[in-house]
Amino acid sequence: MTVLHFTMLIALGSFAAGFLGALTGLGGGVVVVPLLALVFHVDMRYAIGASLVSVIATSSGAASAYVREGFSNMRIGMFLEIATTVGAIAGALIATRVSTSTIAIVFGFVLLYSAYLSVRTRPPHPSDKRRDTLALALHLDGDYPTPQGQEHYTVHRIPLGFGLMFGAGTLSGLLGIGSGAVKVLAMDQAMRIPFKVSTTTSNFMIGVTAAASAGVYLARGYIDPGIAMPVVLGALAGSMLGAKVLVKAGTKSLRIVFSLVIVGLGIEMIFNGLTGRL
Amino acid sequence: MKSPVFSRNDLRMNDQRMEVIIGHLLRAGVLLSAAVVMLGGIIYLVHHGHAVADYRTFQGELSPLRTITGILHGALRLSGRAVIQFGLLLLIATPIARVIFSAVAFARERDFLYVGFTIVVLVVLAYSLFGASPH
Repeated sequence: MTVLHFTMLIALGSFAAGFLGALTGLGGGVVVVPLLALVFHVDMRYAIGASLVSVIATSSGAASAYVREGFSNMRIGMFLEIATTVGAIAGALIATRVSTSTIAIVFGFVLLYSAYLSVRTRPPHPSDKRRDTLALALHLDGDYPTPQGQEHYTVHRIPLGFGLMFGAGTLSGLLGIGSGAVKVLAMDQAMRIPFKVSTTTSNFMIGVTAAASAGVYLARGYIDPGIAMPVVLGALAGSMLGAKVLVKAGTKSLRIVFSLVIVGLGIEMIFNGLTGRL
Repeated sequence: MKSPVFSRNDLRMNDQRMEVIIGHLLRAGVLLSAAVVMLGGIIYLVHHGHAVADYRTFQGELSPLRTITGILHGALRLSGRAVIQFGLLLLIATPIARVIFSAVAFARERDFLYVGFTIVVLVVLAYSLFGASPH
């Protein structure tokens, strides 16, 4: 295959990944790596390097739309970024030391888990109005717009959330993904932050987390311009279009289909990792 | 006399403005870097579009485009691959610029606890970009 054909096909695939990722809220990063590794037979290290930079592009591109709505909480984001960036560097350093087969297997399980998270019904947590002394000391509590006007929320279980964020950062650095699902889980389920605030703040944090592992990836030669170029441009265009279409389309059935695709890719990644093909 | 509730709302208004500016900053950074990546991509495809693509084996450790100086040298010679890589550097720098801007904004709000948190994040980012480089 010539470089031109290869570039066109990868741009097209990344466009589809970014589009579906934005439309379903699952993020395109999780399918870019399996797409490159399984379909185009790209070495895992190049695949996670390209995916990671595309994650910076799509999350930063989407952030400008989110901040206008006033949901995200800068202080929660900045405080937790301490955990995610340190985790991201740890993950990137682990990635340079373990075999690509191991990374493929871990990736497969993360795919299966994110598919599970996306289809299960989220147990609504009762809003907890008790104040948490640590949250008060860190000024983490905030307000967000609801149909009934501004609503106040309080933040809880900060050490647990901080620890989960370290884990989210490690996964991001190890696999070249945004790991938005884990970040939302930490904020929404562990810290009891309203879902809307959790998702927008998570998106805000993804770029900084990814930038932390990008330095390590760059120095190790994981970021190859020939692959990263079509992936970044394709995923960015796809996610911007997806965010535009999002408001009009009913996404429930699409979400189920996309989740099934992710399950398939996850099994394929685990199988190829176990048999040493990746 | 200011009631505590009022001053807290005051603070939120500042945060809100800061977030809007940050949103614009991020979008501008992403669009600029995408434009540079595309320019580099065109140069690259014009020169190498008919070569055979092979990314099955990892040869990243041989690339001169692993360091900031290596990228800048190549980009000045308008090498397609180096220009793409320079665009990707701008992309990586975009969220870092956001963190620097947040530090300034928190300092203007006199929230020194958060100035401190932001500096910790910056140190971690600087370690990744400069501390992990091969020399």
